[in-house]
Amino acid sequence: MKTLKDTPVGETVKVVRLYGEGPVKRRIMDMGITKGVEIYVRKLAPLGDPMELNVRGYELSVRNADAALIEVE
Amino acid sequence: MDIRIALAGNPNSGKTTLFNDLTGSRQYVGNWPGVTVEKKEGKLKGHDDVIIQDLPGIYSLSPYTLEEVVSRTYLVNEKPDAIINIVDGTNIERNLYLTTQLMELNIPMVVALNMMDLVRKNGDQVNAKKLSEKLGVEVIEISALKGEGSREVAEKAIAAAKAGAVGSRASVITGKAGEAVKEIEDIIRGSVDEKFLVWNAVKLFERDAKAIEALDLSAGAKAKIEAVVKACEKEMDDDSESIITNLRYNNITDITAETVKKARAKHELTVSDKIDQIVTNRILGLPIFAVVMFLIYAIAMGGWNVSIGTRATDFANDVIFGEWVPGFVGSLLGALHVGEGTVLYGLIQDGIVAGVGSVLGFVPQMLVLFLLLSILEDIGYMARVAFVMDRVFRQFGLSGKSFIPCLVATGCGVPGVMASRTIENERDRRMTVMTTTFMPCGAKLPIIGLIAGAVFGGSPLIAASAYFIGIGSIVLSGIILKKFKAFAGEPAPFVMELPAYHIPSVSGVLRATWERGWSFIKRAGSVIVISSIVIWFLSNFGTVNGQFGLVENLFEDETVVTEEYVAELADRMNVPEEDVTPMDASLLAGVGSTVSPIFRPLGFGNWKPTVATVTGLVAKEQVIGTFGVLYNYDAVAEQAVDEETGELLFDENGEPVKAELSEEGDEIWDRVAQDYTPMAALAFMVFNLLCAPCFAAIGAIKREMNNAKWTWAAIGYMTLWAYVLAFITYNVGGMITGEFGFGAGPLVGIALIAIIVYLLVRKGYQPDESVKSLTSVSANAA
Repeated sequence: MKTLKDTPVGETVKVVRLYGEGPVKRRIMDMGITKGVEIYVRKLAPLGDPMELNVRGYELSVRNADAALIEVE
Repeated sequence: MDIRIALAGNPNSGKTTLFNDLTGSRQYVGNWPGVTVEKKEGKLKGHDDVIIQDLPGIYSLSPYTLEEVVSRTYLVNEKPDAIINIVDGTNIERNLYLTTQLMELNIPMVVALNMMDLVRKNGDQVNAKKLSEKLGVEVIEISALKGEGSREVAEKAIAAAKAGAVGSRASVITGKAGEAVKEIEDIIRGSVDEKFLVWNAVKLFERDAKAIEALDLSAGAKAKIEAVVKACEKEMDDDSESIITNLRYNNITDITAETVKKARAKHELTVSDKIDQIVTNRILGLPIFAVVMFLIYAIAMGGWNVSIGTRATDFANDVIFGEWVPGFVGSLLGALHVGEGTVLYGLIQDGIVAGVGSVLGFVPQMLVLFLLLSILEDIGYMARVAFVMDRVFRQFGLSGKSFIPCLVATGCGVPGVMASRTIENERDRRMTVMTTTFMPCGAKLPIIGLIAGAVFGGSPLIAASAYFIGIGSIVLSGIILKKFKAFAGEPAPFVMELPAYHIPSVSGVLRATWERGWSFIKRAGSVIVISSIVIWFLSNFGTVNGQFGLVENLFEDETVVTEEYVAELADRMNVPEEDVTPMDASLLAGVGSTVSPIFRPLGFGNWKPTVATVTGLVAKEQVIGTFGVLYNYDAVAEQAVDEETGELLFDENGEPVKAELSEEGDEIWDRVAQDYTPMAALAFMVFNLLCAPCFAAIGAIKREMNNAKWTWAAIGYMTLWAYVLAFITYNVGGMITGEFGFGAGPLVGIALIAIIVYLLVRKGYQPDESVKSLTSVSANAA
C-alpha cells in the first residue's frame, strides 16, 4: 500500500482511502483531503517532518505519522 | 429589539478585518465562558440596535475542537437573527465546506465573498451570481481590507434578519445518505426544534456525540436511527462521518467547477509560494527562523541600543514610575499635608503607586512585543514557526509555537505568558502558560548573581546551570504533564493551514497590539496591585514592644525601642544585636518565622530567606533588596561618592550619604555566605527560580487561563516542582559534595528522583479512541 508519507516531494497523487478514525481522521477530511482528491507534495519541513501539501488550491501541512494513514495511488 | 448577527468563517479568511470594518472601535473583547478562547462582539457602525458577534475562526462544525464547539453552541442555543459567513475568494473550495454546514442551521445567512481584489489581480474569475443561485443564499463580493462591500453585506444581513425567512437552500447531502438523513428527520420530527431538524438529522447520522447528548432521544428512536445509519454505511462501505464529508466536498467541487475559473495552471507558483520556498527551505528554514527570533528578542527584550521594548520599559519603570509619578504624588500629598512617614503616605506611595507602576511598567515592552508578533501573525509567518519547530516541540507535548513564549520569557515572564496567545490549541496553550516562567527572566538574574557571587566565588557555571534548570524544567514538565488526563491525547493533530503570505494591515496590527496590552492591564492589573499592597502592609507594619504600627516609625521612638527590647528581638529573630532593623519586627518577619520550617528540608529554613522569597513575589529582584535590609546592609554600606566629581556625599544635615546596594548585592555577600552551606544556597536559588513567579506574571497567567482552577493549578504545580527540585539539590547534592552523610534527606531525595523518572517513562493516560477529542472540549458545551 502506498501512502502519502512515502510520496516523494514534487509528485501529485490521488487519495484512495483514509485509515484511522475519530477526530484526527475527521480533521484531515475537514481540511479537504477526501477520497479522489489530488494532492501535490510541496516539501518537507527543515527537520523532515511535517510535510507541506497543496490540496484544493491551498497549502496544508500534516505530520508524517498522519500522512501514513492516507492511502494514495 | 436588538438584531444579533453572527460572523462566521475560516481562520485567515479576513474575518477580523471585516469585523473591525463593521464595528469600528465599538467592540467588547472577552472570553467565551470558562475557556481560553477569545470572544468579541461589537455594535454595527451607524446601527446601535445591531450587534455583531464574532465567532472563532473555524473550518468545520465538528464536535472535536473547542472553537468549533463554542461556535456550534452559540449558533444553536443563542439562535442569532442572521449569519454573515465570510468566504475567502482565493480559497473557495475549503471555505464553502463550512458554508454548507452553516446552511443546515436554517438561520438567515449572507455569504461575504472576501479578497475579491486579490482574485481579480490573480486573473481568476468567480461568478458570484451563479454561486448564489447554486447555494440558495445571497453572495456578495467584498474586499474587507479595502473596506469594499462590507456596508452592503451588513445591510443585506439586517434585511435577511428582519425578513426571518430562509429561502430554498441547496442540500449537499444527496444520494443514499440524503435518503437516510430524511428517514432520520422523520424519526425525530416533533422531538426537536423544527428549525434545527436538518441540522440535527445530519448530526445524528454522523453519530455526533455532542448532538446526541443535547437531544435526549428515547432508546427506541436511537435504535431506529442507528439501524438507518448502519444500513447506509454498509451500502456505501464507509463510516457515516466520512460519507457526509465526502458528499460535501464532492458537491462543492461540482459547484466551483461551474462558478470559478482559475487563470493559473495547477501548482504554478504564486508570489507567496515563491517566498515560502525560501522561508521554509530545508537548508535556509532554520537559519531564517533563528534570525527572525533573534530580531524579536533584540527589539523587544534585549539590552542593546536597538532594544526599544527594554528601553521603553526601563524608562517607564525607572523614570515615569520611579521619579515622575512618585514625585508628583509626593508633592500632591505634601500640599494636602500628608507627610512622609505617615501610614497614608506609605500606602499611597509604596503600596498603590508602586503596585500600579509594576503593572503599567511592563506595558511598553509588551506593546512592542505584541506589535512584532501581530505583524508576524498577519504576514503568515507564525504558521511557519509551527511548521519549522513542530518536530522538536511535540516531543514534550508542546506546540512549535511554544518556542516564542519561552524565548520571550528569558527577558520577562509577563509578556512570555501573554505571547502564548498565538497558540491555537487550548491544551498546548495551557501547558505553555504553566511552564514558560521556568525560564530565568531578567529579574531573576540578580538572584543568580547573588548566590554565585556570595557562595560560589562568582562561578559562571551557576548562571549556566540556571538556564539549564529552566529549560530542563520545561522539557521534563512537558513530558510528565502530557501523561496526565487533563493534557492527554495526541498533541493537537498537526493538520494546519499554511496561509498565503500577505502584507499586514497597519490598523489591524495596531488594534491587535492594543487589545492584548489592554487586556493585560484590565484583567491582570487588579491582582498585581492588590498583592503588592498586601506585601507592602506585611513588610512595613508590625508590633514593636507591644505597639502596633509602621515599624520604621516605632523604631525611631526610643521610649518604645528600649535596649531590652532590642536584645529580646535579636534573640527571637536570631540576629546580632547591632544588626537589628525595623523589618525584624514586621508582620512579614513573623510570617517568615512561622512558615520557615517548611523550607528546613531544603536547607534554608530560616526566616530571612523565607521573607526574601515572599517579597520576591512582588518582583524577583526584590529578593536582593530584602536581603540587603535583613542582612543590615546599612551597617556595612560605604559612603556614597558623587559620580562626576568623585567627592564623598553628605546630606543636608551633614550626615554621610550611604551608597545604594548594588544590583547583585556584592556588599552583603560575606554576611549572606556565613548563613548558608553551598548546597543550601543553591537550593534557595533553584526554589526562587522555579516557584510561583512574580505577581505580575501570576496576573498574566490568570488572564490567559481565564479560569481560577487552572490558575491555581499552574501556580501550585510550579511551586511543587520548585520544592521538589530544591529538595533534591540540597539533599542529594549535599550528600555528593559531602556536606552531610547519607540519611533520611538524601534517601527521600533519591526517591523523588526515582518518582520523576517513573513519571517520565510511564505509559500514562491513554484516551479511549471513541471519545478522544482534539482538544479538551469542556463538558458544558453542547
